[in-house]
Amino acid sequence: MKFRILLALLLIVTLRPDCVRAQSSGAPANNPILIQNATILTITHGNIEHGSILIRDGKIAAVGTDAKAPDGATVIDARGQYVMPGIIDCHSHIAVDGSVNEGSVSVSSMANIADVLNPDDISIYDDLSGGVTTANILHGSANPIGGQTIVIKLRWGKPASELPFQGAFPGIKFALGENPKRSNFTLPPGVEARYPATRMGVEETIREAFIEARQYKKQRDDYNRKKAAGDQNLLPPRRNEKLEPLVEVMEGKRYVHAHCYRADEILMLLRVANEFGFKVRTFQHVLEGYKIADEIAASGAGGSTFSDWWAYKMEAFDAIPYNATLMTERGVVVSVNSDDAEEARHLNQEAAKSMKYGGLSANDALKLVTLNPAIQLGIDNRVGSIEVGKDADLAIFNRNPLSVYAVVQKTLIDGEIYFDRDKDIAARPALEKEKQDLLAKEKKASEEKKASEKPEANPGKKPDQKKKRPPSVENGAAAVVGGGR
Amino acid sequence: MHHRFKFRQVCAVAVGLCIAALMGSVFSARGDGDGPRYFAVMNARIVTGTGTVIDSGTVVIANGLIQAVGANVTVPPEAWVIDGKGLTVYPGLIDVGTDLGLPKEEGSEGSSTGRGRRPAAPSGEVAKGPEDRPATAPWRVAADELKTDDKRIETWRNAGFTTTLTIPDGGIFPGQATVIDLAGDRSGDYVVKAMATLPISFKPIGAWWGFPDSLMGTIAYVRQVFDDSNWYAQAEPIYEANVTKLERLPYDRTERVIARGERDKEIILLPANNAVQILRALRLADEWKINAVLYGGQQGYQVAAAIAAKKIPVLVSLKWPERAKDADPDAEQSLRELRFRDRAPSSPAALAKAGVRFAFYSGGLSTPKDIFKNVKKAVDAGLAPDAALRAFTVDAAEILGAGDRMGSIAQGKIANLMVTDGDLFNEKTKVKHVFVDGRWFEIREEPPVDQPRDHKTDDAPSSQPRRSASEAGVGR
Repeated sequence: MKFRILLALLLIVTLRPDCVRAQSSGAPANNPILIQNATILTITHGNIEHGSILIRDGKIAAVGTDAKAPDGATVIDARGQYVMPGIIDCHSHIAVDGSVNEGSVSVSSMANIADVLNPDDISIYDDLSGGVTTANILHGSANPIGGQTIVIKLRWGKPASELPFQGAFPGIKFALGENPKRSNFTLPPGVEARYPATRMGVEETIREAFIEARQYKKQRDDYNRKKAAGDQNLLPPRRNEKLEPLVEVMEGKRYVHAHCYRADEILMLLRVANEFGFKVRTFQHVLEGYKIADEIAASGAGGSTFSDWWAYKMEAFDAIPYNATLMTERGVVVSVNSDDAEEARHLNQEAAKSMKYGGLSANDALKLVTLNPAIQLGIDNRVGSIEVGKDADLAIFNRNPLSVYAVVQKTLIDGEIYFDRDKDIAARPALEKEKQDLLAKEKKASEEKKASEKPEANPGKKPDQKKKRPPSVENGAAAVVGGGR
Repeated sequence: MHHRFKFRQVCAVAVGLCIAALMGSVFSARGDGDGPRYFAVMNARIVTGTGTVIDSGTVVIANGLIQAVGANVTVPPEAWVIDGKGLTVYPGLIDVGTDLGLPKEEGSEGSSTGRGRRPAAPSGEVAKGPEDRPATAPWRVAADELKTDDKRIETWRNAGFTTTLTIPDGGIFPGQATVIDLAGDRSGDYVVKAMATLPISFKPIGAWWGFPDSLMGTIAYVRQVFDDSNWYAQAEPIYEANVTKLERLPYDRTERVIARGERDKEIILLPANNAVQILRALRLADEWKINAVLYGGQQGYQVAAAIAAKKIPVLVSLKWPERAKDADPDAEQSLRELRFRDRAPSSPAALAKAGVRFAFYSGGLSTPKDIFKNVKKAVDAGLAPDAALRAFTVDAAEILGAGDRMGSIAQGKIANLMVTDGDLFNEKTKVKHVFVDGRWFEIREEPPVDQPRDHKTDDAPSSQPRRSASEAGVGR
């Protein structure tokens, strides 16, 4: 059985469609959809057996056991299947064109993920196949203060402009510890190491940036005040793309998502935040969060952690898989994130691990990847549970999603089907044929090209070229390579 | 003044004819500064580029400009006459993106152009942020660095190209691109529009030790540069009005040059090849409020309507995507890549259909032959030959802001012409004459150099009569 699942996953990886745009137009958003006969895991109102969900205009219009299909509705019969809220990944790096790190500088807040969203990244589709509907796309952790971040819905097939989760707060990535101080990087010889190189330096870098941002804001406010008072002979302040987002942080208009591991550095950032009057919205990874759960809870910050990764570097040695449970028990809003395109395909399983480690209830485990990340991202009024009025972002599994055998059948965003396992499988032969046809077409074109170029070459006069094509040697090498596989 | 010139021309014609006859070489009309300045191509088919075709007409060239064009025009007595029977006159072609005239010379220019030109090096100056202006040299102007001995100038011209947009290479702001005509005595003669466009690249330069080292960092940097130039444009007059009250403004070459460019509504070239990049560039052009033209455009077939809605023109690279020559034959190819390679040549047709104005550029293709081969692919993929011609002529000129002086065969336009023995997009067609700024170049098939005797050389004699025929056709 397990083998079969593995095989299925493998198939998804190798045969995944490169561009299944047709699927996104499966059901128009304004066409009502009724999902019926399902076990509905509402998260906030318990589980409903043989339940149905009515979707209208992309929103959940009714949830219960007696919702009826209106005229013209598409009916999805989910007999024996489970519907849960679309999974929310609070820490993702998918759908980004180019590097996720602007790592050249210690403060890279001018860089903005929103500028480089790549709606063609196949990871979006992969993650949909794991039931993920919303992801917090973060800058990397190369800098004490990293780039601006954005929450997206995985609307595969739509242009970049339609990915952002409208109404979600923008964020900014901070990072503490080994990554920003470059502990685990080897620089090429002759390259000057970037400041900072210690945890003290990381703190100093963040403080310095905020001092600068505070002055910048003051300068701007002074200018606006004097200008309003009628002084026309003032030099305007320059706009500074690095400091603007930090001002927004201090004004409470931008969330801080701070990559961190150790308890001491987490407490450090809480002190710095306090000094400059801002809140840390989430501590990301927060592997030693269990040691200072009370302090984190008191600060109002959320904790977005891994299920069971530890000891992969020095600062991860004290990580334990009980972290999510222990923080939850002390009142921290906890989510489990992927930080990885592949991991994101089975966040349901990652959540389930907290039932094994610490004995979280099934519902609380599911919250780790639904309602809790929604709260952390400030979008819990829209997503994270199955309730009337919320966005129809849903994942339909063939089994209870907390089972390792559960496989996503359909994923909906705003009432639109973006992943449909049956359709995916049905589309594969056509896609494969298209691919083979294109390959054959290219091959034919290149052979024709070769044939047309051949008469110009003169084998007698160009011994060099001939030497380049010793068939015996190259074929021999190819054979060895082939054999090696 | 005009009159005196004519006399000299007449003398020059006689001398020129003798030299031409004696030397038997391609004759540069003003090679020594004294070539003929009046020409008439008679009885030729004339494709004006703006849609009209004259089946048999005359183009009169005087002092570098087109003096007259039509079925019945008077040929001035001092004009050299080319019998255009069986020939077609087209506007000279424009290649809107090349480094023609700026041949790459390893390491020769690094120091003169500042840190911008150097690839990220592990030692030396490393940009620590936008204020260090990494890979930025907008004050460079291609016109100032033209090398007229670039062999490709002749190659391009012989193929019917009379004009290029020559773009400096390297860096995020590599410098300003220049519209040049492909003939002249000194580099200054070539330049039509020195500061024609300001190209931008989003290619990061660093490698995590120099800013910026990511695409998003590069875009953020460009945004900051526009912020700064806008600031300068706003601050400078305030300062000038209050020099005794305000601290003086620091000098920053980048923001001053770009502020000036923006004031003059200079065209800014934004990179945008695939659909994602195109939509991104359209958004950034809006945000930055710049007079943008996109370059790349090869996945235009996916987003043509979006481009049309913004009324932003596109320079389409004719270097269609191909599988890398050294690619592992066993490597897995994604369907997306395959589709892109298959459909890229259909972009021009899609752009034309959507009403997007576009022009073509060679974008690194090494011979004009490849350019025509690749245009043919676009035509095969549905682009009307008329539209292809427009893209090479009228539309190219208009996109570059030079439509008032070139791009079509009309009275008063610069006399940039190509004369062929057949349809432009027919592989067999040969270019017979090219006029650049009214300078006449007769194009002959050069005998193959260093070529062994094979069937191709055997073909050579057959071109002989045609050559002498066209020579005979020149005279008064």
